[in-house]
Amino acid sequence: MTPVAVDQIFVTTKHLLMGYVPAFWQPLASAILSVVPVLVVFPALFAVTTVLERKGLGRIQNRLGPNRVGPFGFLQPAADGIKSLTKEDVVPRDADKVVHFLAPILLVLASFIVYAVLPIGRNMVIADLNSGLLFFFAVGSMVELAVFMAGWSSRSKYSLLGAMRAVAQMISYEIPLVLAAVVVIMAAGSLSLPAIAEMQSGYTWIWPHWYVLTPWGFAGFVLFMISATAESNRSPFDLPEGESEIIAGYYIEYSGFKFALFFLGEYLGMFATSGLAITLFLGGWSAPFSFLTWVPSYLWFFAKLLVLIAAFIWVRGTFPRLRMDQLMGFAWKFMLPMTLVNVVDAGLWHFMPSGVVRGVVCAAVIVIPFALFSRRAQEGKKLQIRTYRYAE
Amino acid sequence: MSLFFLITAAIAIGGTLAAMTRRNPIHCILSLALGLVGVAGVYLALGAQFVGFTQILVYVGAVAILATFALMMTQGHIVSALIEPRRAFSRSSVSGFVTAAGVFSVLGWAAQSYRPLTPSTQQAPAAGAKEVGVALMHTYVLPLEVIGVLLTAALIGAVVIALPSEEERS
Amino acid sequence: MLGVGVLKGLVETARNFFGSYVSEERLTTLQYPEETSPRIEASRSFPFLVYDGSDWQQGMRCVSCQICEKECPPKCIFIEKSPDKKPDAVGKMQFYPAKFDIDISVCMSCQICVEVCPFDAIKMDVDYNLSATNRFSDLLLDKERLSKSNEYYHEIHPTEAASVDADLAAAREKAAPKPAAPATAAVQTAGTGGAAS
Ligand code: SF4
Ligand code: SF4
Repeated sequence: MTPVAVDQIFVTTKHLLMGYVPAFWQPLASAILSVVPVLVVFPALFAVTTVLERKGLGRIQNRLGPNRVGPFGFLQPAADGIKSLTKEDVVPRDADKVVHFLAPILLVLASFIVYAVLPIGRNMVIADLNSGLLFFFAVGSMVELAVFMAGWSSRSKYSLLGAMRAVAQMISYEIPLVLAAVVVIMAAGSLSLPAIAEMQSGYTWIWPHWYVLTPWGFAGFVLFMISATAESNRSPFDLPEGESEIIAGYYIEYSGFKFALFFLGEYLGMFATSGLAITLFLGGWSAPFSFLTWVPSYLWFFAKLLVLIAAFIWVRGTFPRLRMDQLMGFAWKFMLPMTLVNVVDAGLWHFMPSGVVRGVVCAAVIVIPFALFSRRAQEGKKLQIRTYRYAE
Repeated sequence: MSLFFLITAAIAIGGTLAAMTRRNPIHCILSLALGLVGVAGVYLALGAQFVGFTQILVYVGAVAILATFALMMTQGHIVSALIEPRRAFSRSSVSGFVTAAGVFSVLGWAAQSYRPLTPSTQQAPAAGAKEVGVALMHTYVLPLEVIGVLLTAALIGAVVIALPSEEERS
Repeated sequence: MLGVGVLKGLVETARNFFGSYVSEERLTTLQYPEETSPRIEASRSFPFLVYDGSDWQQGMRCVSCQICEKECPPKCIFIEKSPDKKPDAVGKMQFYPAKFDIDISVCMSCQICVEVCPFDAIKMDVDYNLSATNRFSDLLLDKERLSKSNEYYHEIHPTEAASVDADLAAAREKAAPKPAAPATAAVQTAGTGGAAS
């Protein structure tokens, strides 16, 4: 088989299968054939990620991590799944039963629907919407509602506090998230994610045309990833969960399978935003070098996804949790101005003639404000080695 | 009328009806969010993707959340006042009904008696991202800027109110 | 500049991550059921009753004075006095517990029972293999399951056990000079015991 045939194998298989379906049922069959693989692959990825995360975090802390269930502990998610399925489902007596029940479902639903617009390979997207990016953010904002519903309906102080924190944090970081993505819209001139991925699939000599390789693209990618970490409530922005202060935040009152659904939704959200970052900045399904284009596009997408997941795990294993004021200050005093500067920078890039001068000027437009902001952030702060009075 | 339109219209009407009739204010907001999703669905059924998604992003993602947030912050006497049993013929409900009836009858009358001066030949205006952008940046650039200034002023005002006053700081 | 500390932290954790694969001494994890950590003399888990000699019923040091039962903060000790008497560790005729239960699902390992016992009869164990399949019956330890020999006590707390043994030997010496009248001594202690209870 030629590389192109291997690359398109899923697309051609679907076409082949569709040939056997009567015309009336074709829209439905097409939807099922596209949706079911996503419903299988990403939860499977979730299962693998939980093990990898626990093992990786363990190694970072010089522990072994799970290693009992199955070879090297890789069947741990199966054990966890059985455990959460068989656990008692406790609903607090004063809880708002309906909302309490709907919250995890809405969360998982919203987390799944965003995959409709993610191109996970060449010609492999469920719905090629003209406003795909907007769809992604619109549905992503429903997660906030689900989190709020979970926190409020549990009738518990901890979960309400967690929901307040989560909603405040998500609203604050959604703005830099969207603004960081705006530069890509400016460059690509399209809101359709497959089109954006297609734009980046060209090569100059062996180097790809990924947006991350431009000054504004790199800055945008970093800002986007920081906001995405905050949006998906992961460490170091995991205040809404804050095990050490509010135990588990908005899902403290959930048990058994509903708790597992929250977990699933959270990880699906993380994968989706990582996938969006890949599509926007890392060239989507395109190969990193022109001589590697024979590798199927979907493999590149998942390879990049795994790299980003590893980065998420690494960050989680490294940083302590922020304080609430630091979190908000970071969003409004650093992330927002930097994304605005980045938008200006992308405009500058668009209007300057291409060449070395453009690269240098655009890099300077990013680096100088960054240096100023970091000076500003650090002045007046005395950093010293902390001493412990009673520990010794 | 497609099935999709019927479903979304039902969601929109059901959601907003629930928003008006539920007693618990949080339930009201959640049903309102559902109704707004239904409205967005109607936009989608009409082929206006951009407008539909913006509707969800702005109204469900931001406005509904802000409303719930405000409610959580001000829980207490305001909510209990809202939950108090309402009489069907209180002054406020009667005046509300009268106003609503007036508005809708004028709207209906306008829609009934409207005859286009020239038979419309052009297509329905497209509402894609590009058209909206062009309209905002060319035809309506002045109103847009004015609104921007207004919102900035409101934002600054909110910050000033939220800042600790002189005696609080000392 | 902002972010330098962030990068430093990332490098540090990456070093840990890769280091744990190359250098064995970084990993301190014990594979629990197969490997167990050595007993630590200065640790404690739950109380047990010490007996001398080979017969746990005869050698039981506890005289059923019930001080520990009164002092235990969560009230997890239950004692029933025996109707008859037997010689205690020093040789005096004393009561012994007909029933002695400790609910270790309630016990908080505070060691107060050990501190208050005037007869060195109750001591803290160091065993941590305590998981059970029934959370009620398996965690309510009766007299038989609580009894551990003095040799075991020496094994887990050598220094402490040695000083206890020295004290007991001294007490026995004091009690020994009047072996002629064991009956009167027994009556006397019985009388005081009765008055106290
Ligand atoms: S260790 Fe403390 S809690 Fe446990 S039995 Fe002794 S006195 Fe009671
Ligand atoms: S204090 Fe000592 S002698 Fe008295 S009942 Fe408790 S264990 Fe037995």
